[in-house]
Amino acid sequence: MQMDFEKIFERPKTLRPVATHYCPGCGHGIAGRLVAEVIDELNVSERAVGVAPVGCSVLLYNYLEIDMYEAAHGRAPAVATGCKRVRPDLVVFTYQGDGDFASIGIAEAVHAAARGEKISTIFINNAIYGMTGGQMAPTTLIGQKTTTSPIGRTSERAGFPIRMAELLATLDGAAYIARVAVNSPKHIIKARRAVKKAFETQIKGLGYSMVEILSPCPTDWRMTPIEAAKWVEEKMMPYYPLGEFKVPQKEK
Amino acid sequence: MEKKFMTGNEAIAEAAIQAGCQHFFGYPITPQSEIPEYMSKRLPEIGGIYLQAESEVAAINMLFGAAGAGVRVMTSSSSPGISLMQEGISYIAGAQLPCVIVNIMRGGPGLGGIQPSQSDYFQATKGGGHGDYHMLVLAPHTVQEAVSLTMEAFDLADTYRNPVMILGDGYMGQMMEPVEFYKTSSPNLPPKDWALTGAKGRSANLVKSLYLDPEALEKHNLEINRKIQKMRKDEVRVENYQTDDAEVIIAAYGTVARICKTAIKVLRDKGIKAGMIRPITVFPFPYNDFEKLADKMRKFLVVEMSLGQMIEDVKLGLCGKAQISFYGRTGGMVPSYDEIVTETEKLVKEVG
Repeated sequence: MQMDFEKIFERPKTLRPVATHYCPGCGHGIAGRLVAEVIDELNVSERAVGVAPVGCSVLLYNYLEIDMYEAAHGRAPAVATGCKRVRPDLVVFTYQGDGDFASIGIAEAVHAAARGEKISTIFINNAIYGMTGGQMAPTTLIGQKTTTSPIGRTSERAGFPIRMAELLATLDGAAYIARVAVNSPKHIIKARRAVKKAFETQIKGLGYSMVEILSPCPTDWRMTPIEAAKWVEEKMMPYYPLGEFKVPQKEK
Repeated sequence: MEKKFMTGNEAIAEAAIQAGCQHFFGYPITPQSEIPEYMSKRLPEIGGIYLQAESEVAAINMLFGAAGAGVRVMTSSSSPGISLMQEGISYIAGAQLPCVIVNIMRGGPGLGGIQPSQSDYFQATKGGGHGDYHMLVLAPHTVQEAVSLTMEAFDLADTYRNPVMILGDGYMGQMMEPVEFYKTSSPNLPPKDWALTGAKGRSANLVKSLYLDPEALEKHNLEINRKIQKMRKDEVRVENYQTDDAEVIIAAYGTVARICKTAIKVLRDKGIKAGMIRPITVFPFPYNDFEKLADKMRKFLVVEMSLGQMIEDVKLGLCGKAQISFYGRTGGMVPSYDEIVTETEKLVKEVG
């Protein structure tokens, strides 16, 4: 019997058909895929340039079929600034983890946003240093155990976790700032919308855009993927509320 | 051609523009702030980009981004700021990106002072950042030479896909001299088909310094090293100044070399036949030219605005064949010609 099938789901063109290095249950694979889908949907693969700095983020350049930089730890917004300023027709984005964006590179992050650089940042917040094996991050929650906060992070010793979305939303140069999550299908759909809005904000020349993605790291959290997805919902979201913290003026 | 009266800093900035550099990222620091100031005025006039970065760390990474996108780009700073750029310079060398970095040196270590110095020689010529790489380092001794070397620096950077440094000092940056700008013909430069311009009609390009597989990293480093060996073979520049009949040779570069030329005149008036060898490229260093001179000459005086950095390369060049003496001032103190005359006379009188 002959059947006609309609293809309703396929690998985005921009996503290379290769296996990733990400651990099972990691949110990076989903986040990278969302970026690829949005690049395809906006039809910008021939003018998209990504910047992937040090951390689990860095190997994104192996997975996307677009021009890419590997950058030094924390410096992606500066690299993206240099690229976008000299080639304003390109669609330039950085793909950064929390150690990168909220710790070592916070100066570059804040100033790129303050200057209103027409670039987009996809910021993966998994509350831990993934690639180096689970050390405390600037976004590690109070009480969270890591290899460098073995009894749990205390504010007395290590201060408080940084809310990057709220911080950057105070800057006039930031045009679109949102926090999303990739721990459930519902949140993934919303995350995709936010990534698309961020790229559109850049393409329209409205200013800096950043999407913070709460993302599970089962390996370094010492959890199963299912426990990790729950932990995002139950522990991260109360401290890192989801939502849009800044939208372009016209859309208000 | 009309001559213009300019400071070294302004002349370097104008030379870069005339060499086709329309993009500048930098951060203010004395004694080189006239370069970003000049660029902030001139570049918008010609449709270029001037951007004041939040730090030298950001500035050098903006260079990484702009150079990776295939345009001519420059930054300038002075010693403490150049220290902050070392990480980025290492990445730029690793990713094989062409760009020009100007260091108008001041006294260190630490915050040091704001007066001229040559104490970043090691940092400039021996690496500075981590890993197996070298910058090509050009050391002008007049404002006019700063102009021609800056223009040439961009061609060298593009030819070798490697960062090139203009190594000056606060004296050179602040000093005013008449200069002329003449267009030199560029060599045949390789196409920038590796640049990130959007993957249109070609497969995606990648600018990176990360090679997790040690075999791949070794291969990559050997490729960089082949370029460095070619620089050593083809790019050495040196001035032999009144060395033919000399009984004593002064070795100096940059501003100090210029002071030494006055000292040599005084010494010759006194009947002492002094000459000078002046490295114009301090990397690659003119070892062979030193060795050639050592076959004829027994006595060398190295003069630096440091406590002895280039002297280590001079020793390598002379291969133990000659007597070497050293005179250095540091901390922003500049040796005067009569100090150099006295030191040279002392060396001549010594029994070798």
